[in-house]
Amino acid sequence: MIELKVNGRTQSIAADPDTPLLYVLRGELQLNAAKYGCGLGQCGSCAVLIGGEVVFSCVVPVLLAENKEVTTLEGLGTEDEPGPLQRAFIAEQAAQCGYCIPGMMIRAHALLRKTLTPSDAEIRRALQPHLCRCGTHMRILRAIRRAAQEMRSAAVEPRGTAAREPVL
Amino acid sequence: MRLLKAGGIALGVGLLLIVAGAAGLAAYGWRPAIDPVDPPTGFDPAMVETGAELAAIGNCGTCHTAPGGKPFAGGLALPTPFGTVYSTNITPDPDTGIGRWPEAAFGRAMREGVDRAGRHLYPAFPYDHFTLVSDADNQALYAFLMTRQPVAAKAPANDLPFPLNQRFVLAGWKLLFLQPGPYKPDPAHDAAWNRGAYLAEGLAHCGACHTPRNLFGAEEKDRRFAGGDAEGWHAVPIGSLSPAPVPWTADSLFHYLRDGWHGQHGTAQGPMGPVADSLAAVPEDDVRAIAAYVASVMGLPDAEARKRGDALAAATADPAGPGTRPQSAGSQTVAAAVPAQDPGAAIYAGTCAACHESGRPSPFGGLDLRLSSAIAGDSPANLIRIIRHGVPAASGARGPIMPAFAAALSDRQLETLLAYLRGRFSDRPAWTGLGDAVRAARDGEVAAAAAASH
Repeated sequence: MIELKVNGRTQSIAADPDTPLLYVLRGELQLNAAKYGCGLGQCGSCAVLIGGEVVFSCVVPVLLAENKEVTTLEGLGTEDEPGPLQRAFIAEQAAQCGYCIPGMMIRAHALLRKTLTPSDAEIRRALQPHLCRCGTHMRILRAIRRAAQEMRSAAVEPRGTAAREPVL
Repeated sequence: MRLLKAGGIALGVGLLLIVAGAAGLAAYGWRPAIDPVDPPTGFDPAMVETGAELAAIGNCGTCHTAPGGKPFAGGLALPTPFGTVYSTNITPDPDTGIGRWPEAAFGRAMREGVDRAGRHLYPAFPYDHFTLVSDADNQALYAFLMTRQPVAAKAPANDLPFPLNQRFVLAGWKLLFLQPGPYKPDPAHDAAWNRGAYLAEGLAHCGACHTPRNLFGAEEKDRRFAGGDAEGWHAVPIGSLSPAPVPWTADSLFHYLRDGWHGQHGTAQGPMGPVADSLAAVPEDDVRAIAAYVASVMGLPDAEARKRGDALAAATADPAGPGTRPQSAGSQTVAAAVPAQDPGAAIYAGTCAACHESGRPSPFGGLDLRLSSAIAGDSPANLIRIIRHGVPAASGARGPIMPAFAAALSDRQLETLLAYLRGRFSDRPAWTGLGDAVRAARDGEVAAAAAASH
């Protein structure tokens, strides 16, 4: 049995240690935000955070996630109470098919933990490993700028961290 | 008391000698300023074209362009063991670039490492190689640079401790380590070999990374191409000490330098990546000449190494191995079975095998790790780098991508994986001090990031 701490909750996992983290999140924990895209760490739709840094969960066996803090998009807010990034993506209508968007948001979250004043070039560079085939890139950029703006304002808890209890 | 006095005198004399020596060096190293000119125009387009190719061979743009900055406008932080040096603006901007440099000043900078104002340049600008460049080629390089878009950009001040921040000490360095050119052809070899030697030893400055440096930061001439360290990467030895599991040939070198990858060696990464990018756009004959020269310097592998290489080449030529699936059947592969109780094998199977045992062809499929120089090399530095950071997506260009595993692997897990890869995929002895190497890589990255954000 592997003990896995996801979004602040520790759970026992029945899967084999070499099972990709993504399969455990989706299949066993019903956390379906992270998507199976290419299965080879090439497209970014499976991105989640380990210790606040982005990993591609399709190529990370669950044994590597043991004793670490895993955060998925579900950890950044709920449907009823979306987090600032999620609100910004909705406000800018940044999703077309939406398949890549959870990975994009996770990457943006990791970026905004480091800086709340990213330049456009920094945002583009950070999102480089993520593919969107619908072409909503300009809206994604706008959404991340909007979220940064909102997080800069005092109304919002400035920095989410994986270590803290998630907004649920 | 007398002893004290004698000591005082000795100290005084010593100080005097140091001061006199410094003054002498300053006088010896004095170079006149060359009068500025108005930015010249009217260059011959054919010469500019030649200059563009030469600048690509010299890879000028890589150091003289800051991340996200304008081409040739300088400002890139170059961390050295002595401190950080910033590349300068070599666009023809009259105030912050080389716009007011006459051709003679450019030629002198290349040949002697002295700027227009007569100041000695730091050898981070590899004039110990560029000194070999011919007058005619310097003229073409000058024509190319003077026809670039002028950019107003002043490089940050270098961050070097005393006395290294005193440029006259560089005169002493040059006295010891600079053998002034230009290149003199070796009559014992044909024209193609000499062309290759001229480019590889001169403008292409291969040795700047691939030759180890002494305490003064100068290349150890008697250990040419024995491997060096550059920008957090280990520049592999390219002589008889080459770790390549399948020995290099002039032909494989040519394809590697030209395309940035070779099926038996993998892809050019780290500082070598931009080198191959540049060489994709220069005359093929020049790349062939460089490859042939480097191969001749390497010498032929001994019979044993050749036999091993041939066997390995044959074994890896057929991609049908564990995990192989036809590409049309989708991207998923079945990882090789995990031998129980070996944590390194378990990490490898879950993390690496899906790509590296897929049998998909180079360069987009993962390299068969039996062919990896990073695993077979003396230093684990490159393997650590690649596992931690992967091969990032290149903006606006196609290329292989490997995801980064820095966040997924603890230092301990990374060590376990490194030891497993070394044991399974090479016949070299186990690495020692892996924990230190992993920590050094992490610390080096932090330092480099701090320097870059300076």
